[in-house]
Amino acid sequence: MADHSTFARRQVLRFVVAAYLFFLVAWPVYLVGRNAFAGGLGNLDDILTDPDVTHALRLTVVVAVIAVLINTVFGVGISIMLVRYDFPGKRALNALLDMPLSVSPIVVGLALVLVYGGRHGWFGPALESAGLQIIFAVPGIVLATVFVALPLVIREVVPVLEEVGDEQEQAARSLGADAVQTFRRITLPAIRWGVIYGVVLSLARSLGEFGAVKVVSGNVLGETRTATLVVEEKYLNFDKGGAYATAFLLALVAVACVIVVSALRPKEDR
Amino acid sequence: MTSAALAPSRSPRNRRSARGGLPLTRVSGLGLGVAMVWFSLLVLIPLAAVAVTAAQGGWGGFWRTVTNEQTAATLRLTVGTALLVTLVNIVMGTLIAWVLVRDRFIGKRALEVLIDVPFALPTIVAGLVLLSLYGPDSPLGVNIANTRTAVFLAFLFVTLPFIVRTVQPVLAELEPESEEAAASLGASRFTTFRRIILPSLTPAIAAGAALSFARAVGEYGSLILLSGNLPMRTEVASVRILSSIENDNPDSAAAVAVVLLAVSLAVIVALDVIARRVIRRG
Amino acid sequence: MSIEIVNVGKRFGDFVALDDVSVSIPSGRLTALLGPSGGGKSTLLRIIAGLERADTGTVRIEGVDATGLPPQKRNVGFVFQHYAAFKHLTVRRNVAFGLEIRKRPRDEIRRRVDELLALVHLEQFADRLPAQLSGGQRQRMALARALAVEPTVLLLDEPFGALDAKVRKELRDWLRRLHDEVHVTTVFVTHDQEEALEVADEIVVINDGRVEQIGSPDELYDRPANEFVMRFLGPVTRLGDQLVRPHDLQLSISDADGVVGRVTRVTRIGFETRVEVTTAGGQPVTVTLTRNEFQALNIQLDSEIRIRLAPGSPTTTTTATQPCAETSTLIPTH
Repeated sequence: MADHSTFARRQVLRFVVAAYLFFLVAWPVYLVGRNAFAGGLGNLDDILTDPDVTHALRLTVVVAVIAVLINTVFGVGISIMLVRYDFPGKRALNALLDMPLSVSPIVVGLALVLVYGGRHGWFGPALESAGLQIIFAVPGIVLATVFVALPLVIREVVPVLEEVGDEQEQAARSLGADAVQTFRRITLPAIRWGVIYGVVLSLARSLGEFGAVKVVSGNVLGETRTATLVVEEKYLNFDKGGAYATAFLLALVAVACVIVVSALRPKEDR
Repeated sequence: MTSAALAPSRSPRNRRSARGGLPLTRVSGLGLGVAMVWFSLLVLIPLAAVAVTAAQGGWGGFWRTVTNEQTAATLRLTVGTALLVTLVNIVMGTLIAWVLVRDRFIGKRALEVLIDVPFALPTIVAGLVLLSLYGPDSPLGVNIANTRTAVFLAFLFVTLPFIVRTVQPVLAELEPESEEAAASLGASRFTTFRRIILPSLTPAIAAGAALSFARAVGEYGSLILLSGNLPMRTEVASVRILSSIENDNPDSAAAVAVVLLAVSLAVIVALDVIARRVIRRG
Repeated sequence: MSIEIVNVGKRFGDFVALDDVSVSIPSGRLTALLGPSGGGKSTLLRIIAGLERADTGTVRIEGVDATGLPPQKRNVGFVFQHYAAFKHLTVRRNVAFGLEIRKRPRDEIRRRVDELLALVHLEQFADRLPAQLSGGQRQRMALARALAVEPTVLLLDEPFGALDAKVRKELRDWLRRLHDEVHVTTVFVTHDQEEALEVADEIVVINDGRVEQIGSPDELYDRPANEFVMRFLGPVTRLGDQLVRPHDLQLSISDADGVVGRVTRVTRIGFETRVEVTTAGGQPVTVTLTRNEFQALNIQLDSEIRIRLAPGSPTTTTTATQPCAETSTLIPTH
């Protein structure tokens, strides 16, 4: 049924979409890269030799890795619970798990401060007297990061678990495998790709969290300042080169994550 | 679908199991218990703390805080712009999903990647990204920094993937036969789109729109470099909450936060209702 | 003649779906397009409906040249294998769709839809969504929807293919009776020879993009034009260089004429008994007998026997050396 008017309409739609994405995403992202290299490699060199920045980058990576580990274990476990088991309150839990996606990062930060804050928090003073400072310290940054990236692994793993079904697991059980063996040898290999996508996306999200971290970290130079906070700080202090260079590094990782996921995902399930 | 993960909502087929399953065993029960304690400590108790803190000032205190001239202005701006952005996304998101599913051309995969970039990009970087094209040094010669347009643009950027990624899988799974059936019954292309395709997409569009709206209402990071946070002009709700926190005024921060939480909660409920409606339709 | 297809050709890339096909489909009859999957029959049906466009050739429907007409202007009813139900509309609204498009008055639509729902026995399901119907009910709804616009021709693409065996048989009978009531020119595509033989007035056998034979079920079964039709329409076995139907062969212990062989295997399947006889030349021949015939002959394994073809039975000469399946038919039964 392809005729001239269909063809023309198709061209117009294609063009509108391409132009929209070009002006909204492609060109601006490209410009950040260009601005980062405006003075050659100088900007990048400057930030990578600044001990405060390298500390921030290191902190960001450490926090992201811890957060991803926590979210992976929790996410896979809770996914299996949701798909394979039945328990009261499942529907509510199911819905609440999506909450972090729609809560403002600032509200996330505020919520954590209200509970774990050292002075007035619900649990904070008790924890602090036990020697555990959470807010304005690394544990708080980890908590905030875990919170915002919480649903990503679950969202990837649940559909895969549902698609795989439980026949193979039942077969394994009937052949004498216990719960741990069944999980390690049957379930985990089956959901492997779902877990990997979830991990990559959580990593991207964790490396880039800003608002929630800003509230809970205290933004102490050389201690609790993360990479995204460096971008803000540098920009507001008129070190645009440094801001663009740091932003470029973050953007590079983010885009790489997106490309990895898009390349790994089998084409036929589009 | 290229990146279901970035799709903020499950496609109807991939919705989480609503039907039953095994009853809990001792081990799985323990596991669930641990998970629930963690989830409560991390998410539920802190969010409850926000609500409790907001309630401490009583209804009068809450109402005074959120109707304070400056706060009310931020809420109006935030919700109004978020609604506007969601409307644009409904049109553009559906259109983008349509082109990505129904059209074939060189470079389509690159567009697929572009859709996901705003989701993965740190929000502060997103702000900087937009500033580089639409800020004072714009190669286009437009400078929207520190205006309400900047707020609109930032929202538009960060919410880009939501409707695209919810609509895309549903559109891909629509049977071409339904459209052929409509055509053979005499329906024009436009009528077929309006009466057959669009109703099938409505739940997905609604789900994406809800998430897009919630995301915009809570947005913070992409705005701070771009919008200038001018009180009464470009200050959004999240910025207002943060300045209350920084001024050591957690009560009023919590009051505004509760308004945002109510929006999030409404969205979660809406998504649940939509998912259930889709199951019924089969 | 209601539908005239002249020299129609269609390619999909390198694949030739239809190769210079010409067929005339008579008015008011029920015609089956029969053939194996991928043979081009669905493509032909979709070209008649305007859902595909032929690369070459012309299509005339009731004297009107429809070759270049879009599907909207052809006034055909089309029924799909997987129902193509409008999932968000109730059964009633599904059936009313074509009439609403044609902007018929509301009263008329209501009356017509009620009539059709009665015709397909779905009155009590009028306000349900398609998801709440069984497969057979959905397909009846799809049929009512196609009939609502009073199409010049009704086209059905493997209409019972997605249904289970029992429902398929019921709907088959029902389609035949419906056609006897409504008399609209109907063309349906099937790969099931039994379905075509049972339901159709006229069968067009299509294979490899070409028409192999056109005729009534009896003509096709009794006078197959070639080996393909012979094999496709029923079970075959080889006797010498002839293809014959196993049930057209007769066995005898006392006769003097016929081909001599030895009984090598006996398989009983319900009311029929299948006897494999290996001829002196080493060729295995399958003969099917009724249980009574088998018992009357008192056949013993490994005994000598003679095979004879019943007079007037269809045969074709076979060139291929491919073995005749020992099973009753070559046709994929689902």
